[in-house]
This record gives sequence, structure tokens and C-alpha cells, in this order.
Amino acid sequence: MSELNRRKFLKISAATVTVASGAAAFAKSPAAQTAPAKRAAKGVQRIPTYCDICFWKCGAIASVRDGVLWKVEGNPADPLSRGRLCPRGTGGVGAHFDPDRLKRPLIRRSDRGREVWAEVSWDEAFAYIANKMHAIKATYGPESVAMFAHGIGGNFLKHTLKAYGATNFAAPSFAQCRGPRDVGFKLTFGEDVGSPERTDIKNAQCLVLIGSHLGENMHNTQVQEFAEAVGHGATIIVADPRFSVAASKAKYYLPIKPGTDLALVLAWMNVIVAEGLYDKEYVAKYGFGFEQFAASIATYTPEWAYPETGIEPDIIRATAREMAKHKPATLVHPGRHAAWYGDDSQRSRAVALLNALLGSWGRKGGFYAPVSMSVPGYPYPAYPTSTKPKVDNPDGRYPFAHEAITTGIREATITGEPYPVKGWFVYATNLIHALPNEAETIKAIQNLDLLVVVDVIPSEIAGWADVVLPESVYLERYDDLNVEWFREPFVALRQPVVDAPDEQKPNWWMAKKLAETLGLAHYYPWKDIEEYLGHRLAGAGLSFDELKQKGIIPGAPQPIFFDEGAPAEFATPSGKIEFYSLQLQTAGFDPVPVYTRPAEPPPGAFRLISGRSPVHTFSRTQSNRVLSDMMDENEVWINADMARRMDLRSGDYVRLKNQDAVVSNRVRVKATERIRPDCVFMVHGFGHTSRGLKHAYQKGASDAHLITRYATDPLMGGTGMNVNFVTIEPEAAHG
Amino acid sequence: MARFGMVIDTVRCVGCMDCVVACKTENQVPEGFNRDWIAYDVKGTFPTLHMESRSERCNHCDNPPCVSCCPTSASHVHDVGGVVLVDYDKCIGCKGCVASCPYGARFIHPDGYADKCTFCIHRVEQGLQPACVAVCPTHCMHFGDLDDPNSDVSRLLASRNHHTLLPEAGTKPRIFYLT
Repeated sequence: MSELNRRKFLKISAATVTVASGAAAFAKSPAAQTAPAKRAAKGVQRIPTYCDICFWKCGAIASVRDGVLWKVEGNPADPLSRGRLCPRGTGGVGAHFDPDRLKRPLIRRSDRGREVWAEVSWDEAFAYIANKMHAIKATYGPESVAMFAHGIGGNFLKHTLKAYGATNFAAPSFAQCRGPRDVGFKLTFGEDVGSPERTDIKNAQCLVLIGSHLGENMHNTQVQEFAEAVGHGATIIVADPRFSVAASKAKYYLPIKPGTDLALVLAWMNVIVAEGLYDKEYVAKYGFGFEQFAASIATYTPEWAYPETGIEPDIIRATAREMAKHKPATLVHPGRHAAWYGDDSQRSRAVALLNALLGSWGRKGGFYAPVSMSVPGYPYPAYPTSTKPKVDNPDGRYPFAHEAITTGIREATITGEPYPVKGWFVYATNLIHALPNEAETIKAIQNLDLLVVVDVIPSEIAGWADVVLPESVYLERYDDLNVEWFREPFVALRQPVVDAPDEQKPNWWMAKKLAETLGLAHYYPWKDIEEYLGHRLAGAGLSFDELKQKGIIPGAPQPIFFDEGAPAEFATPSGKIEFYSLQLQTAGFDPVPVYTRPAEPPPGAFRLISGRSPVHTFSRTQSNRVLSDMMDENEVWINADMARRMDLRSGDYVRLKNQDAVVSNRVRVKATERIRPDCVFMVHGFGHTSRGLKHAYQKGASDAHLITRYATDPLMGGTGMNVNFVTIEPEAAHG
Repeated sequence: MARFGMVIDTVRCVGCMDCVVACKTENQVPEGFNRDWIAYDVKGTFPTLHMESRSERCNHCDNPPCVSCCPTSASHVHDVGGVVLVDYDKCIGCKGCVASCPYGARFIHPDGYADKCTFCIHRVEQGLQPACVAVCPTHCMHFGDLDDPNSDVSRLLASRNHHTLLPEAGTKPRIFYLT
């Protein structure tokens, strides 16, 4: 393409647009120069797929212009994106063009963690892994290989490892994130909240957010529905130590003292019960143990809660009455990242109970009952059986954990109890940033005979691996079907849009090749993933060709609210909504949540809290050049008045030092009115230390690095991470 | 003749930057530059605060200083919708327009010419919405003909409180913010 043509690009004719170079915007990116691939058809092709920049799995349509990836937009047929992707999904093109991507399989040629590698062929990599796996199986048994995974892409590798005999699989999304919430709701209603959350935000007349920062936390459908609710005038109530974007939309902003949310929720319930404002008919019909519950919360008055939370009694009463006024269309949002203080499943249970008082579970404007399509799995041979227990939760130490605990596997890897763990597979989760206390993770890694990391970028955990397997990004691969549980049933397809630029391969291909190398080829009776997908879809009476064309096939609508005929059933021991939980009591826990005051920061220190940005996902998008152009490094938010007293200005670099003398990378100050004076806030995922992440290396600070302490939830093993305190040191002190 | 403008609902906007990302990919805006951006306008002291989140860009002013100051007529008012555009072949990269714009909407493209928002006129002429409007997950952005009383934008302006940016600059901006 000539310079002249490019300069004419904006001469506003549709014709000139079609000749503008797709690679021009990313001219700094070497990958962009090599990307135009074999399938360089002229003109614009639009190919449906579903997104993988986060786990929401929005339906998308990618445009390829003259063989080069151009843009990704929402698929209007998709119920999750509703035709509009979030900023991360829109910026998904940057994942394909990222010059820092892993390109070839690597085998470590140094001490662990020193990031000295040899590039090897795929066959060499599989042979190396298979040899180690055979040795581990011979000495310790196949259960001693564990896997950590995030997202749907892990399905095939899990299948290979299950065929090998592995039994220990965990995801940080449970113990480090939504687990406490799901346990609290399951104890109360018999079912968890799920993902996507079963929240009917768009029909809520009153929406209560406790620390949940929708709009910054960019879960697409929820944010779209949040804007809808705001647009139709729903009453928004936000309790957060930080004046979030959501708080700026609120009728009531409650600047709560960090760690005291349970006190606020108990006081709200106290008012609603004491004033008789609850949904009496609903509670009588569906509730169990209401009288004992009411007696248990009788002392939690707004006057009691005031010194705990800092929220005035009048405001607690006014907001409780506001919630009751709009019931049952009042949604007290369960949040998502709930692993804060170690009492998180009880706090989440209190949120569930507040919703139960308002009658919002199963009701419009509250929680719907998600529905799904029936798409049979592929008929595989049975997996080997094991007599050994899983290692993550020995003797049911955490009796209400209904998923595996990552940090339990880590602990077993350190102690060798109940049996040694000698191999880890890590798929698409950067454990160094995802788990608290990095030192424990590294200690566990040192006990391994094999650490395999599958990723698209050289994440910190890849830096510790023995073998790194480079995966193609979602725009370059097929994945398993997304048979979603949502408001309406549908099935979605991820399919390749462009070729991978180097030797990256899809996870299904790696999983199949590894199985073949291990002598487990019979677990992969299909020749390639198209045969697998076609077989599954045929089993559901659906057309693979139609799905390739449309990206989404909807199912028949089904009732999702009690009023419409959704079954009002509760899978609890009593078969009812458990206001009073005998199973908790039997296990030695509080049958109704009880408040415990959190520890205060020492003088001169701040509580460290973290959250999300709308333009990044975890620690996996900071090298995406489109998204890093939106936000290149994080900042530490400090109350403006505190900053003045400390002589700090916005833009100054500081370091944070935690209670265990761990010091962060340098990070810019954001002196702002939008946060309490007793805490500081950072967006999670920055402060990369992997040298391979050239663009993101040491930009901003890592909250995870400072989270050396965590408070373990006794019900389910979740790791509360907002229990670290930091002091602020000027960067000059560190020269 | 149409007079294109935008109406942006700050009550719905969450400042997620999707508009910025969509513009970047649609228009291949080079790394390090953006044609639109988010402003957070915070007033008050903690915890009694008010914050407006806004998507900002070239205001396609009725009285555009960037056009009147341009020595080569590269900056001009397009005959469709009165959109302010740059003819990149005529632009000599003198930066006069960059200095004259009170909104900071313009930058010099690495290829040497002044660049900025075009209201995605290449899309509009195909019957599409500008990329930022089409992508917005909060549906806070509206685009249309300000001279048509029945357009979405005109009806919103007639029914809601709104403001423009720097009205005192006398540029008569055509982006309106609902409050």
C-alpha cells in the first residue's frame, strides 16, 4: 500500500476505507507485519465467535480485512453481549497482535524462575512432559499430578489428565474469588449464584451494591443492565470505602469502613424485621427457622452498627426502608470477587438472607432461575478410578467447600500431606498474581518434578515453569461449545478467525497430542475438533454449519421466575430457604451470621484494597497494546487530604511496604476525594516482573505481591485478601 | 441539509472507555494516540461527592477555530452533516489547529498530518452509527441530525437538561451532555 493511499484514508469515502491497511495501526508491532496469512482473501470477512478476554464468553463477530484481523464487535444474536462487547472484548484484536506473545514451546535450561529457556519442537515438549508424568505415576501415583485452570479452554487438558488418572483440579475462581459468595447462597437457597450471575439487574427497582463496582468491574451483560436500571430511575444504594463509578450513580452512597459490611447487612435486616417490612407471605411460604433468625439479629440495631461501620443510624434505616419499598424487585447484589476478610461466606450468607427477607430470589428484579440447552457430551471411555482422597481439603476440613481449593493443593504440595504432589499443569491462570502469598506458591513449586504452563503470554507463572506451551489466542482457535446457563438457553461457538502468527497451537490439539504421547490415544476417538464439535451438536439435533454461520443458536424460552412457573424448589436440607441453618450449627458454625470486628490498620498504615479496571482482565491483558493504550499502569488511590498531609501529589511515584516488610514496585499516586482516609486502592493485575512481558514489565505495582497475609474462611477455605496493611514511602527513598 | 451532532447521557455513562477502544480499532488509530477519551469531573469532598463521567472528542463545532486558522484549507467543514474533517493530503502538519482547539481534540499523526474524530463519517455514509455509539454497552451515546426535530438527538435535547463543554469559547460545539 502506498503512502498516498494511507494519507487519503480519511477522505471520507467508503471506498478508501476498504483499502486502508489493517496493519497500519499496529505498525510498531512486528507481529502485525507477519500476520497476513495464507487465507488472505480480499475484502472484509465477518466471522462469528465468542470472546476470551474474560470468562463472560460474549458472542462476537470478528472482521478480517484483506486477510488481516481488523476489529471485533458484539454479535447481535448473542444474549450475553446483546451486540455490544465491553472495552476488553473490543480490544481483543490486541491479543492477536501482541508482540510479546509466547511463540514456540520452551523447556527450562536453568534454575527455576530464572527464565532461561531453550526453544524446542512440540514433539520434544510432549516427550519431555510424558517422561516426567510416567515417572511421577510410577513413584507416587497419577493423583500426584494436579491442574489449575481458568476458563473453558482448560476442558481438553483436564480430559487428558483425567484419562491419565489425575483427580486434583482447582481454579482460583473458587477460593480466591466467588467461592465464599456461592457457598453463602448455597447454604441459604440450596443453589449458588453462578456465572454469569443470575441477577435480574435490568428489572430491579432498587439495586444495592456492597463493594461491587459494576462499570469498573466490566462484566458485560451486568454493566449493560446496570445502565438500563440507572436509566429507568432505579434507586441505587452503594456501600464502598471508595466512591466508585457506581457510587456516582447512587441515590445513597454509604462510605463504609472497610471490613464491616456484615455489620451493615445485619443492621439492615434488623430494621426490616423490627419494622415488619419483610415479604411476610414469601417468608412464611418458603422460609425455615425465621423466628430463631429474627431472635439472633435482634441486637444488631442501626445504633449498634454505627460505630462499627461509620454509617449513621438514620441512613441505615432510610436505606433499609427504601429496599423494602421496592421489594421484591430489590436486588442486593451478591458481588463476585468476595474473598475479602475470611468471614466472607457468612457475609455472603447475610446478603442472601437480606434478599430472602425482600423476597427477591426467584422474582423479577431479583434473581432468576437460569436455563440451559441440552447438548450431550462426547462419549469417552471411563476414566481410571482412584482410592486416594483429593488433596485440597483433607478430611473435609472446610466442610462447605463445594469446589476444590487451589491453596489447599498448594499446601499439600509444600507439606507432602496427605500425599506428595509432584506435577502441576497450569492453564491460563497466572498463579503468581492470582493466589495470595507468592512465597508459598514458589515454595510449593520448588517441590515439583514437573511444572507445565499453557499460556498465550509469558506470565509470571510461566517464568517458573519447566515446560511452557504457547497457546493460540481465542481468535485463532476452536474451543469447546459454550452451552450457557442464562436467562435464555443458547449454544455458542468459538472458531478461528485468523491463523496463529507463529507455532502457537490450540489447547485441544495440545491435549490430544499429549494423550497420544502418554499412550492414551483411545481417549481421543475424534480426528480433530471439528469432528468432536459436529458430533456433540448432532447429538443435540443442531447443525454445525448453521452454528459456524451464526455463532449462536438459541433454544426455546423457558420460565425463569416463580411467577412464570419456574419451580420454587430449594436444595437445602429443609427444602426451604434456610434463615436458620441446622447444617451450619451441626458443623460447629454460627447458624445465623455473627459479626466480628476486623483488625484496625496500625497508626500510619492503610488497609490495602484492590479492584478492577474496565479495560483489563486480571494480570493477562497488560501487554495487549490496544488495552495498554487505555491504561498503561495502575495508580495507588490515596485520600486527597491524607496525601496533602504526606506531601504527596497525583503522579508522584511511591512504594508501598506491607506489614511483613514486603515492598512494592514503584507506583503513581492518585490523590483523590474518592476514597476514605483509612485505606488505599489499586487495580489488580499490574506490576509485572516477567521479563518476557516487555511492554508491561514493572509498570505499576502488584497488589498480589503485597498480599502476604490472608484470612482463611473456616467454612470453605476461601482466602480473604483485604487483610494487609501498607505504609507509603516516597520513591526517592529507594533511589 | 443535516447537521450532525451527538448527545451523550452522563447519567448512564460508566466511563468504561469502550468508545475509545472501538474508535481505535475501527479507525486504526496508532499506538500512543486516541481520537476520543473519558473525562471524570469530580466535585465536592469525601464523602459528599458528585461525579460526571463523559466521553469526549472533537465537538465538530458550528464555529470551528481549527478550520478558520488552517493555512491550507486542509481542515474543512464537510458537505455531509457539516462534519469537521481534515484533508490529509493538504495538511502540512503546522499544528495551528492543534493549538486553536480549546478541547485538545487534535493530535499530529505519526505520518505527519493533523488527525482527530471524523464522526466515523465513512460509517455514517453507509447508514451505520459511529463506532463509539454502536459499541457503547450502556447505550449512553446518540448520534443524529440536530436540525431534524424528530431525530433521537433532538428529542433528547428537548426533554432533558444538558450542557456543552466550554460554551464560553464561542465555538458552538455540537456534542451535548445530558445530566
